[in-house]
Amino acid sequence: MVLVLALGDLHIPHRAADLPAKFKSMLVPGKIQHIVCTGNLCIKEVHDYLKIICPDLHIIRGEYDEETRYPETKTLTIGQFKLGLCHGHQVIPWGDLDSLAMLQRQLDVDILVTGHTHQFTAYKHEGGVVINPGSATGAFSSITYDVNPSFVLMDIDGLRVVVYVYELIDGEVKVDKIDFKKTSTCHSAH
Amino acid sequence: MMLSGDEDEEKWLAEGIAGVQHNAFYMHRALDSNNLREALKYSAQMLSELRTSKLSPHKYYELYMRAFDELRKLEMFFKDESRHGVLIIDLYELVQHAGNILPRLYLLCTVGSVYIKSKEAPAKEVLKDLVEMCRGVQHPIRGLFLRSYLAQVSRDKLPDIGSEYERDAETVMDAVEFVLQNFTEMNKLWVRMQHQGPGRVREKREKERNELRDLVGKNLHVLSQIEGVDLEMYKENVLPRVLEQVVNCKDELAQYYLMDCIIQVFPDEYHLQTLETLLGACPQLQPTVDIKTVLSRLMDRLSNYAVSSADVLPEFLQVEAFAKLSNAIGKVIDAQVDMPIVGAISLYVSLLTFTLRVHPDRLDYVDQVLGACVKKLSSAPKLEDSRATKQVVALLSAPLDKYNDIVTALTLSNYPRVMDHLDDGTNKVMAMVIIQSIMKNSTCISTAEKVEVLFELIKGLIKDLDGAAQDELDEEDFKEEQNSVARLIHMLYNDDSEEMLKIICTVRKHIMTGGPKRLPFTVPPLVFSALRLVRQLQNQDGDVAGEEEPATPKKIFQLLNQTIETLLSVPSPEMALRLYLQCAEAANDCDLEPVAYEFFTQAFMLYEEEIADSKAQVTAIHLIIGTLQRISVFGVENRDTLTHKATGYSARLLKKPDQCRAVYACSHLFWVDDQDGIKDGERVLLCLKRALRIANAAQQMANVARGSSGPVVLFVEILNKYLYFFEKGNTQITASAIQSLIELITSEMQSESTTLDPAANAFFASTKRYIEFQKKKGGAMGEKYDPINV
Repeated sequence: MVLVLALGDLHIPHRAADLPAKFKSMLVPGKIQHIVCTGNLCIKEVHDYLKIICPDLHIIRGEYDEETRYPETKTLTIGQFKLGLCHGHQVIPWGDLDSLAMLQRQLDVDILVTGHTHQFTAYKHEGGVVINPGSATGAFSSITYDVNPSFVLMDIDGLRVVVYVYELIDGEVKVDKIDFKKTSTCHSAH
Repeated sequence: MMLSGDEDEEKWLAEGIAGVQHNAFYMHRALDSNNLREALKYSAQMLSELRTSKLSPHKYYELYMRAFDELRKLEMFFKDESRHGVLIIDLYELVQHAGNILPRLYLLCTVGSVYIKSKEAPAKEVLKDLVEMCRGVQHPIRGLFLRSYLAQVSRDKLPDIGSEYERDAETVMDAVEFVLQNFTEMNKLWVRMQHQGPGRVREKREKERNELRDLVGKNLHVLSQIEGVDLEMYKENVLPRVLEQVVNCKDELAQYYLMDCIIQVFPDEYHLQTLETLLGACPQLQPTVDIKTVLSRLMDRLSNYAVSSADVLPEFLQVEAFAKLSNAIGKVIDAQVDMPIVGAISLYVSLLTFTLRVHPDRLDYVDQVLGACVKKLSSAPKLEDSRATKQVVALLSAPLDKYNDIVTALTLSNYPRVMDHLDDGTNKVMAMVIIQSIMKNSTCISTAEKVEVLFELIKGLIKDLDGAAQDELDEEDFKEEQNSVARLIHMLYNDDSEEMLKIICTVRKHIMTGGPKRLPFTVPPLVFSALRLVRQLQNQDGDVAGEEEPATPKKIFQLLNQTIETLLSVPSPEMALRLYLQCAEAANDCDLEPVAYEFFTQAFMLYEEEIADSKAQVTAIHLIIGTLQRISVFGVENRDTLTHKATGYSARLLKKPDQCRAVYACSHLFWVDDQDGIKDGERVLLCLKRALRIANAAQQMANVARGSSGPVVLFVEILNKYLYFFEKGNTQITASAIQSLIELITSEMQSESTTLDPAANAFFASTKRYIEFQKKKGGAMGEKYDPINV
């Protein structure tokens, strides 16, 4: 069992002062094996903070990141799953599932994690999953109105991944769960 | 060989102890055989050892303790009248025949103690007699120990209320009188000690004196233990008499110790009720006395007392404790002209701590303390003493810690005035403390007025201060500071749009003074704060009628335009472009076409003139296309102008693959998958064809440059775009076009000259799988895909 934290679009300090205190108290070091971050942190302080939660940190570049060396896309393999990361401002129309599916095919991944819209979504798509963890700070977005702070925790176990989404609604953390099972006739098992 | 001083002393002490032991041995023998005369003789000889002047207080104490233990045995013997067959009164006379005064007085005290216990004479008389007679020893160390002995043996025999020695004729007053007299005499001896011996060993002597202080203080402890000393007596008699002695002795060491002793041994309630008297003594002490420590301890005790029970609080108010303390501190500071500024400030810190604990609701008190501090600081524009600076920081931090709420501190008029006296570096540190306090407590600053005060407090971070040396700032520190300011801007918030607009204008006014170094940090949060307000207004129905200059999106957009413009001089064109695009989309949401167009124009101008880096161009063009794709407010003409521009920029990117991707992204500008969205299939196809031509060109360029064909991944990407529009029902995109594209890619991949690209292969494979998947899906989609073969 491997726990992967997916989060992004914090937009600190441009659009938010900090992560919600309730999230901070949940995200403690030592519990998470990998972090995948969809970018727009936007400053080093946030990078350092994430690094403390988990040193295995994968960040791709958002359009507001001060760090210009983050890659535009990245793939990594965790257990039986291949993950793809991209902030998403490069994929037009923004947040469009069919266009994201094209990126998923291009990166040839089981799970595609993107951000940019600040709207949590998780779709099963052609035998894969497309996840957007939303904005961890609930940052203002021109795309999504009334953004709730959210992040995603993926529990990867064998061919199964359980996606937990944590959303802060009116000061309360709500948890939702989506189960996904990879078929054994998996294409990425080249 | 000369012995060193210490070795000498050791020798003398050993001799003294030997003398005590020797005589004690014979004294015991005499006691065992009930020989009173012999016992007195040897005890007097034993006590003669205490006549030495050679020992330091520390060593003398050791010797004294040996003798003290032996005297206990003698006392037991005296008590047992049947053994020596002499009346106590006779014994009292008898011991006075001892040859030397010191042994005589020790023996007299010992018998006197037994005398009182026997109740054959009134305690009052005996005590008076003893305390008077002890005057006979004026050598400081010998006298102090003798009187200490007297205090020790008499402490359980005082005619206290409820004690067995209380009689009609003897009151607790007599007990108090006795202890006070002994105290006074001891203190005199103690103070006099400093004039003994040569001047050059002064330091050593003061150290020795300090070792003896508890002998003197013991008397105060005894006083505090007397039951009969009630508040009334303490107030009328005890305290004034003790203070009189303290003030009159004019000795720094004694005054400091005794003041502290008074504060520690008597109950809190007494202090509270006698504050005026106690504090009245403070300015009369020697100017070098460390009065701030004494007062701090007093205030500590009182505030602990105040929080111990809610019942005592009215007492504090009744005696006006704050006013008295505040007044006394002022007087002490005035009286001790040489007190370093750090001393004065730490006194105010103590007073403030007291105030915050005892009267947390009295902000006027808090402000008063700060005001007094400003007065003290005003002698110089900036505080230069680093220790005093530390105290000022403590002073300013205390209200923040207490109230956990900067809003409270913002109402303190003297708060910024104190801050003004800090040097620039510390001022910034304090400003950071303030911001951190706001963050930690998630404090929302909700009026423009408070924001104004807040920015006044943190101005050290907001702009370059006048006359500040432009020394090399640490880049990291500067960034951290400015990022903190940026975060802070999100804490300035009000739900009421009018007030919020005022807040935004106030923030803007201040951050505009920050100069090009700070603007890139502070402008973005301000812009997003304003955009949030726009979003809020957009949800409201119409403007509030009748009010002057209501907050309208239009007005805010004007403000935003001017604000973002300032980034151009920094220059920070990439951030400015992003912010213009955000504003354009917000204007679109507000249905303000000209405003949105204006923002787009600004963004395009920046793109053309300021963004030169090819990588930055790629990101910028995607943001432009992505934003433009979402905008619905434009009429045909405006839209055409902008899409035309966007496609043009796309095709002029430096690298062919970037060109190709931007151009196919532009296809979405002509096909918006909404109900009312534009659906211009022809122009979509034109874009895709253009993208194909660029991909071809890229291929050929690679051939010429490297002798091998470029990666075919661009073709696969375009194929996917074909599939996208094919599925969306764009009739311009035909199955046969898709089929030929698939064949093209297949042959390219098989071509020998093509560089092996596993990623492109995988992409193509997954695309083909997708087509299969769609074909098998059945229904309309399956039917649509039917003619395509993979």
